[in-house]
Amino acid sequence: MLQTTRSAAADAILTAEDVAIRFETAEGPVTAVDNVSFRVRQGEFLSIIGPSGCGKSTLFNVIGGLLAQHAGTVRVGGETISGPHKSIGMVFQEESTFPWRNVVDNVAFPLELTGMPKAKRLERARHFIKMVGLGGFENRYPGELSGGMRQRVSLARTLASEPKILLMDEPFAALDEQTRLLLGDKVLQIQQHLKQTTLLITHNITEAVQMSDRILVMTYRPGKVKRIIDIDLPRPRTSDIVGSEEFGRYVAQIWNDLREEASRGLRDEEEHVLHHERGGASS
Amino acid sequence: MSRFGPVATGLLCLLLFFAGMQALIDSGLISRYIVPPPSEILQSFGRVVMEENIGRRFLVTLSECLTAGVMITVFGVAGGVLLYRYKLLQQAVETWVAALAAAPVVLAYPLFMVIFGRNSWTIIMIGFVAALPPVILKTLEGLLGTRKVLINVGRSFNLSASQQFWKIMFPAALPSIFVGIRLGLIFALINVVGVEFLINFGGLGQLIEDLAERYDLPGTYAAICFVILVSVLFFMAVEKLERWLRPVN
Repeated sequence: MLQTTRSAAADAILTAEDVAIRFETAEGPVTAVDNVSFRVRQGEFLSIIGPSGCGKSTLFNVIGGLLAQHAGTVRVGGETISGPHKSIGMVFQEESTFPWRNVVDNVAFPLELTGMPKAKRLERARHFIKMVGLGGFENRYPGELSGGMRQRVSLARTLASEPKILLMDEPFAALDEQTRLLLGDKVLQIQQHLKQTTLLITHNITEAVQMSDRILVMTYRPGKVKRIIDIDLPRPRTSDIVGSEEFGRYVAQIWNDLREEASRGLRDEEEHVLHHERGGASS
Repeated sequence: MSRFGPVATGLLCLLLFFAGMQALIDSGLISRYIVPPPSEILQSFGRVVMEENIGRRFLVTLSECLTAGVMITVFGVAGGVLLYRYKLLQQAVETWVAALAAAPVVLAYPLFMVIFGRNSWTIIMIGFVAALPPVILKTLEGLLGTRKVLINVGRSFNLSASQQFWKIMFPAALPSIFVGIRLGLIFALINVVGVEFLINFGGLGQLIEDLAERYDLPGTYAAICFVILVSVLFFMAVEKLERWLRPVN
């Protein structure tokens, strides 16, 4: 057992140990995330799933180095991160393309920062644009694209920086289910082609099972690790797997874990609203 | 809809307005001694151009506005950036800058004449001071309004503070900055022409004052049309500059 743990630790490209995040609010201190520990192996696709309010996005910010005030440590290749790390490429939930740059210039952005000559960086950018299936749209501006296409531009921009770890925070949350499944296929294809280590933050069970090697299920506030589930579905995968019996079993298993947490979240929200109403009425 | 549709509709509205005014004046409902008929204004254009040295006056007003415009852009954007960068300064002076935007700076023209003398610099400086606040305020608003996710994208790529500003915040704030520059140019033009009128010096404002003194109302309105032309030229130039700096909003 000890040997297995050591070998897992040696394999790990990203390690989170006892990560805890506390906020001061008007109603007192709130623990958003409590003692979260996990490892991501080289080339692995790990999803973190949990109900709204479990601190998933806060954890995304900690791993991405955007939130410094936390307890515990996050290490990339053994190096403790204290800010944004060059090995981690982030894809955000909100639309994050630069509206003043066309597609190719958006994707070439990280290459421009490295001082790569223009011709070379445009060629590299075109390669990643093709990879996300946007060939032919190089000269369009984000305002001329759909939401799904804009998220693919963001993904291509992050991939262009060739990060060791791709960190994504619900990148397709604003899209409809069908587009989400098809874009999930695209991400899977790219991840399998590049053998890209990927950490996906999501609240969508189907998306998590469709893409992941392992799924970390979080509890509602404070967010803790409830369970880590190995997804033993064959690879290469596509969205066709959604109809399979094993897929359904994994979805049911995760929903069983999440239902109680999501219900707790709902109750908490209702109490919060009632508390505010009572507070408003008494004042 | 054809791309000429809105232009044609706009011109048609203008023609209808002039036709309506002509009819009201001809019927005696509006006194022709107060508002000259559009037909007389049209006829007076040739006379104003030939006899009143309009070309030189037009260029004087244009160059005064251009100088004030360049100054408000340089100092206004820099001022907005400064207020964004130093929160204490922002909290201390933002209200004063907003108050200055509403102040009738033009009434302080005697003070400017004492400082700069009766020359173009008095006109330019009043235009500059009156037009500076909207550029500062809209630059500040644009920088403060930069979406957090874009700043986080910059942080995730480890951008330096200077890269973060020039590659993300400034281009993100450009639409708001250009709104400020457009507003500033309107303020500058009004004040430049107003001060030329008041101190009887310089370009089109002085001509308007001269023609009004002579009670040449058709000529006065024709000269006002040239002021509008200055304004149109400025707006076209600003739009071109904005398209060049930020092709799509």
